[in-house]
Amino acid sequence: MAREIGDVILKMEGISLSFGGVKALTNISFDVREHEIRSIIGPNGAGKSSMLNVINGVYHPQEGQVTFRGEVRRDMEPHKAAKQGIARTFQNIALFKGMSVIDNIMTGRNLKMKCNVFHHALHWGKARAEEIEHRKKVEEVIDFLEIQNIRKTPVGRLPYGLQKRVELGRALAAEPSMMLLDEPMAGMNVEEKQDMCRFILDVNDQFGTTIVLIEHDMGVVMDISDRVVVLDYGKKIGDGEPDEVKNNPDVIAAYLGTSH
Amino acid sequence: MQFFFEVLIGGLLSGVLYALVALGFVLIYKASGVFNFAQGAMVFFAALTFVGFLEVLPGWTGMEEGGRAVFWLAFVLSLAAMVVLAIATEKFVLRPLVNQPPITLFMATIGLTFLVEGIAQGIWGANVRGLDLGIADVPIEYMMDNFNILISSFDVFAAAVAAVLVAALALFFQYTRIGRALRAVADDHQAALSIGIPLRHIWVIVWAVAGFVALVAGMIWGARNGVQFALTFTALKALPVLILGGFTSVPGAIVGGLIIGASEKLAEVYVGPFVGGGIESWFPYILALGFLLIRPEGLFGEKHIDRV
Amino acid sequence: MLYREAGQFKASYEADQQIFPILQDRIGVMLLIGFFALAVPLFADQYWLKAILIPVLIFSLAAIGLNILTGYAGQLSLGSAAFMAVGAFGAYNFMLRIDGMPFLVAILLGGLCAALVGVMFGLPSLRIKGFYLAVATLAAQFFIVWALVKIEWFSNYSSSGVITAQQIEILGFAFEGPQSKYLLTLFVVVMMALAAKNMVRSTTGRSWMAVRDMDVAAEVIGIRLMRTKLTAFAVSSFYCGVAGALYAYTYIGTVEPEGFNLDLSFKILFMIIIGGVGSIMGSFLGAAFIVLLPIALDVFVPMLLGDLVSSSFVSNLQLIVFGGLIVFFLIVEPHGLARLWQIGKEKLRLWPFPH
Repeated sequence: MAREIGDVILKMEGISLSFGGVKALTNISFDVREHEIRSIIGPNGAGKSSMLNVINGVYHPQEGQVTFRGEVRRDMEPHKAAKQGIARTFQNIALFKGMSVIDNIMTGRNLKMKCNVFHHALHWGKARAEEIEHRKKVEEVIDFLEIQNIRKTPVGRLPYGLQKRVELGRALAAEPSMMLLDEPMAGMNVEEKQDMCRFILDVNDQFGTTIVLIEHDMGVVMDISDRVVVLDYGKKIGDGEPDEVKNNPDVIAAYLGTSH
Repeated sequence: MQFFFEVLIGGLLSGVLYALVALGFVLIYKASGVFNFAQGAMVFFAALTFVGFLEVLPGWTGMEEGGRAVFWLAFVLSLAAMVVLAIATEKFVLRPLVNQPPITLFMATIGLTFLVEGIAQGIWGANVRGLDLGIADVPIEYMMDNFNILISSFDVFAAAVAAVLVAALALFFQYTRIGRALRAVADDHQAALSIGIPLRHIWVIVWAVAGFVALVAGMIWGARNGVQFALTFTALKALPVLILGGFTSVPGAIVGGLIIGASEKLAEVYVGPFVGGGIESWFPYILALGFLLIRPEGLFGEKHIDRV
Repeated sequence: MLYREAGQFKASYEADQQIFPILQDRIGVMLLIGFFALAVPLFADQYWLKAILIPVLIFSLAAIGLNILTGYAGQLSLGSAAFMAVGAFGAYNFMLRIDGMPFLVAILLGGLCAALVGVMFGLPSLRIKGFYLAVATLAAQFFIVWALVKIEWFSNYSSSGVITAQQIEILGFAFEGPQSKYLLTLFVVVMMALAAKNMVRSTTGRSWMAVRDMDVAAEVIGIRLMRTKLTAFAVSSFYCGVAGALYAYTYIGTVEPEGFNLDLSFKILFMIIIGGVGSIMGSFLGAAFIVLLPIALDVFVPMLLGDLVSSSFVSNLQLIVFGGLIVFFLIVEPHGLARLWQIGKEKLRLWPFPH
C-alpha cells in the first residue's frame, strides 16, 4: 500500500457519557493514527454511535478528555469539528430529503464557500464564479462514486444503497482529513458492500483520509481495518490489530454470549 | 392588598377557563400527536350549537322555554354534534394524513379551524348571544363579610366544574380499558397498533372527549362573556398555557392556565397603566416565550433527547 | 413538441446553473414579464389593476417572504402580517421624517426595519422548534400590532395608529394613477422575486433547506444553525416588510396596525400551502388564488343561488371554502399549485408521445 500510517492524531482518554443516569460509555480510552482505518465494533447498544457523536461534538461527555492534533478540546460543537476537517455519515441516513443529489453534495462544500447572502441574491461575479468552481469539485466526487446518472434526482426517491453512497459523497465533498462512518454497509447486498468497501479503501488510499468505521459485518471489518476497538455495554473490552482482537477471549464471549 | 387578591383571584378564575381549553389540546396531542389548532374553534362551535338548540328546541318540541328538559336535551344534542365532528375529523382529515409530518397536520388543523367556524356560523348565524346557565353571578357574602374580597359565585362554580372535569378525566385515563389504550397509543403508535389497539377508534374517542371538554368550556365561557366569535381569540390564549405547562401534561395545562390567567390580569392592572394598557393581548405570549428560553420542554413536559 | 429540453446540451457548469436552465422556460418567463409589464397596463381597466393585480403582486411578495422562512428554512411562522406592518410603518416614518427621502430607499429601509424585528423574534428559534416556535411567532403578531397602536410616535400621533401614505415621487415623476403604481409594484416584486430565486439556488438556500430537512446533519457538515436560521428570519421579514410598505403605498393608501392582524397572517400562510411550500413560483400562484377566490365567490354564488343568500352566508362560505381547500391541498397535493404546474410541464415535455 502507498499510504503510510502516521502519528496519533486523535486521542480519547477516560471518556464517560451518560443520559440522565443511563451510562452509555464508561471510561473509554483509545487513539486513532493518521491515515489508518480504525474500526469500532460491538453488539447493539454497545455505545459505538455515541462514541462517534463524542468525537464530532454532538454529545458532550461528562468525563474524559479528547485531544485532536495535539489540542485538548473544550466546548466542542459539531460545526467546529467540521471546520477541523472531521466529516461524518450516519447510521440512519441523514441526507436532506427534499434536495437533489448535487445539492446534497454541494452542502458538503459549505465551509469552503465564502460568499454571503447578498452575493447570492445578485448571483453575479464572485458568487457565480464560486458556485461554478465548487460545482467542479462536486462533479469530481460524483465521478469518483459513479453516480453521474442520478445527479439531479431528489435523494428521497433513491434506493437505500445509493442514498448511503450519496451520504458518503457529501462527507467527501468537504475534503476531510478524518471521516467517521457509521455502519456504511448496513442493509446492503454483497455487491453493494463490495462497492462501498472499494470506495472506502480508495478514499483512504488516494486522499490519505483517516477513517473511523463502525460496522457489523465482521468479514469486512477484519479485512479492511488496521486496528479495531471492541465495545460492550459502554465499556472497552478489546483493542488491537484484527488478528489480536479475533482471538481475545472477552471479545469472543461478548459476541457468542458465553458467561464468564 | 385586598385589591391585589381580588385581581389575583379574578385572574386565576379566568385561568381556569384557559386551562379547560388547553386540556382539550393536551388530550388530542397525547393520543394522536396532533397539535390541534382548531380546539378554540371547537369551543366556539360547541357553545354556538348549545345556544342554538336552546333557542330552537322549544319551537320544535313544544317544551317549556328555559326549562330543565330543554337544557339537558340541548346538552345531549350538542354533545352528539361534537361526536359527529370528531368522526368527520378522523375520517376526512386525520386518516388521509396519517404518517405525514406533524407540521402538515398542524396546518391541516388551521384549515379545520376555518371550516368549523364557517360551519358553526353558517348554521346558527353570527349574532352575539347571551347564555344563562341559571347560576347566580353575585358576590359570595361570606368572603365579602369576613375578608372584604369580592368573589363571584359563578366563578367558584366554574372552578368547581373544571376540578370535577379534570378529576373525571384522570380517573378515566387511569382505570378504564379505553383509558389504558389511550395511554398506550400516546406512548407509541406503532407498538399500540401491533398489539391490536384500533387506532382509528381511539382517535375518534379522543376527539370526542376533547369535544366534550370544549362544550363544557364553551358553556361556561359563553355564560360569562356571551357566545360570540371573539371566543376563538380568547381560546388562542390556551397556546401560551401549553408552552408553560408542556404539551403532554394534564396537570401542566391546569397549572399553566392558572399562571397565565393570574399573571395577565396582574400585569394589566399593575404594569398596563404605565404603557397605555391593553397588554393582555400579548403578555401571555411574551411570558411564554421568555419561559421557553429557560425551559424549552415546559414545566411538566418531558425532556427530549435527539438521537442520531 | 414545443416544450423539449432534448438537444439542449450543457457544455459548461455555467450553462447548467442558469436561473432557468431550459430554453423554453427562459422564453416563457420573459414573455410573462413582458405581458404583465407592457400589455396589461394598456388593456386592464382600473378595477383589475387596483383590486386584483396590485394586491396579487404584493401578497406574492409577502408569500415569498413566508416561503423563505417556512418553505425553505422550515420554521413555521404565524406572524407574517406583523412584519408587513413594521415595513409599512418603517417606510412611512422614513418618508415623513427625512426630507427628500427617495421612495425606493424608504421602502427598502422599511424592509430593513422588519428584518431587524424579525431577527429579534427569530432568536428563540435557536432553542425551540416546530409548534413551540409557531406559538412564539404569535407573540410577534400581537406585540407588534399593540406597539404600533400604543406608541403614537410611529403613526405621527394620529388616532388609533392610522397612517396615510405620502405621495410617491421618483425622479420628479409622480405615481398617481393605478397604471403607474402597478408598474412600480411589478418592478419591485419581479426584482425581489428574481433575487429570492437566486438565493434559494445558492449556498444560502441550500443551508436553509439542510436545516429544514435535518438540522443535526446540517450542523455536522459545518452549517451554523444560528446564522442560517437568523438569516432566514431576516430575509423573510425583509420581504414581508417591503410587501407591507407597498401595501400601504401602492395598494391601500391609508392603513392602521389592526389591518395587519392574525387573519392576514393566516391568509399568507394559506397562499404558500395552496401555492406550494418551498416554491417561488408557487407563491405567485397561491397569492393569485387567495385574492381571486373571494372575488369569485362574491360574483358567482349570488349568480347561482340568486337572492336566496345573504352577504353573511357568502362570508361564512368563504371560511368554509378556505378551510376545506387547505385540508384538501394538504391531503391531495401537499406541494400545491406549483407541483401541478410542474406536472403539467413534464406532461408537455413528453407530449405528444406519452411513453
